[in-house]
Amino acid sequence: MSLLSTQAVAKSFGDNRAVNNVDFTVRQGEVLALIGSNGAGKTTLVNLISGLYRPDSGRIDFDGRDVTSQSSYERIQAGIARSFQLVNLFDQLTCLDNVALSIFSREGKTLKLATLASRDRAVWDEALEVLRQFGLDGKAAVPAGGISHGERKLLDVAVAYALKPKLLFLDEPTSGVSTREKAPIMDIVSAIVRSGGITVVIIEHDMDIVFRYSERIVVMHQGAILADGAPDEIRRNDQVTTTLLGTHVTGEAA
Amino acid sequence: MAAPMQRPLLKILAWAVPLGLALLAVPHVVGPFHTLTLMYGLVFGIAVLGFNLLLGYTGLLSFGHSAYFGAGAYAVAFMVKYFKLASMELFLAGSVLVSAVISIVFGFVCVRYTRIFFGILTLALSQVLWSLAFKFFWVTGGTDGLRIPTPWLLGMDPGTDKMEFLAFRYYYYVLAVFVLCAIVMWVIVHSPFGKALQAIRDNETRAEFVGIRIRRYRLIAFVISGVFAGLAGALWAPLNGLATPDVLVWTFSGEIVFMAVLGGFHNFIGPIVGAVAFTYLKTYAVGFTVYWQLLLGTVLVVLVLALPRGIMGMVEYLIAKLRRPR
Repeated sequence: MSLLSTQAVAKSFGDNRAVNNVDFTVRQGEVLALIGSNGAGKTTLVNLISGLYRPDSGRIDFDGRDVTSQSSYERIQAGIARSFQLVNLFDQLTCLDNVALSIFSREGKTLKLATLASRDRAVWDEALEVLRQFGLDGKAAVPAGGISHGERKLLDVAVAYALKPKLLFLDEPTSGVSTREKAPIMDIVSAIVRSGGITVVIIEHDMDIVFRYSERIVVMHQGAILADGAPDEIRRNDQVTTTLLGTHVTGEAA
Repeated sequence: MAAPMQRPLLKILAWAVPLGLALLAVPHVVGPFHTLTLMYGLVFGIAVLGFNLLLGYTGLLSFGHSAYFGAGAYAVAFMVKYFKLASMELFLAGSVLVSAVISIVFGFVCVRYTRIFFGILTLALSQVLWSLAFKFFWVTGGTDGLRIPTPWLLGMDPGTDKMEFLAFRYYYYVLAVFVLCAIVMWVIVHSPFGKALQAIRDNETRAEFVGIRIRRYRLIAFVISGVFAGLAGALWAPLNGLATPDVLVWTFSGEIVFMAVLGGFHNFIGPIVGAVAFTYLKTYAVGFTVYWQLLLGTVLVVLVLALPRGIMGMVEYLIAKLRRPR
């Protein structure tokens, strides 16, 4: 069953058709990788789905409802969350606060101004539990601006995860992280989303990570979908290897 | 996670109780001059607390807070002139209403922008109010202002000894309202809403993507901020005895900004400390020389250069240093 589907969505910036009539489907519970070279339209597609941009044409359905004209706020309420390629955190707030804020927001409590936030024990317990899952509980009281880049990437995912979304977009969760740190980060993230039964779309450049952690791969090229299939099929797809992967993966497969 | 919650409260009580007793003793220990100066400081403290909800907690620099302070003061003046009212409680209620309405209207326009655009808009709108007070002299008295007699407190006649009234009864009244305002603001910045404001300050994009409707939150913060300034304006009016366009002019907004910076806007009590310190500095500078602006300006520039995080930033630094002696 599909959780999200787009039908012929298109978005142009001037003469550049960034996303060109794309039909994109995400099935309930899967971990899907969205790949493609820079400028292929991945991020634009995600921005269309998360409501940052309005499509020029086409339709977007999420969880059985047409969300094409919904604001990004309504889509967040409906269960679409995202992390960011360039980490976006509340740097002066503690790591615990960062996660707690998602929980307050999810529970519709952020307009409460006559009660102390610290009194809501359940929220803080849950926030600490989320940090623990991400291995960040040791940094709970440290401002988010004061932890390492790898930890910030994890916290960025944790903030989105704490919203308990139905669909989670991870925009390059390991970008800017050393090769050695990539696998540990992905191990943590993938274990958490799988145990939580969250449907995930990963945008990623690192092909090792894509093949290792995703169940299905969608390849974008010049604003359109070039290929769609299981990791093995994509690895064997000549068109993909020539346009995108180059000789690196072909060599590995042979 | 159970223990750390109790400690801040104890810590606060440890300095709040002695400080509270000292504030209660002030009129009996020092003369009316110091009592009145402190009252001005506390009144501005309320306004700057409000101002800092925007600057320190929401990341918006308002350069037009004289508008809401002045609106509060003129609300009192109009209630005296046109409705012949004399009750301080009604004055406070009226100023809250008027400053709330004005900050809703101004805020609705301003919160669509941030940074310099926000600052310039708040400045421009406050100048509109100033020019109204300045030009419509048959309503506002123009530069002569409007007289504000000593008000009735809690239904009690102020009597004829104005100095006794201001330095004792009105002092305690102002102190009570000040403490109440400080508690209310403390709760607001420590509420889930206060956390959301700080999130908006730190990262607007992310705040939006955890489901916070930033414009709405900014507007609410703007209105609370304006109401605090309006309330301060109402308390200031009987103290000054006169509402003049001076409290609406942009230089007064600048003084509010300065008080926050001087005290330290990263700290909850920084604005209060800044307001009291600024009031004292200004009072002494005025008494010292006719070129008081020059003297005050120089002193303030030196203070800001020496204490980039304000007085409270310095205090925090010293406390941290004492805790970890080398």
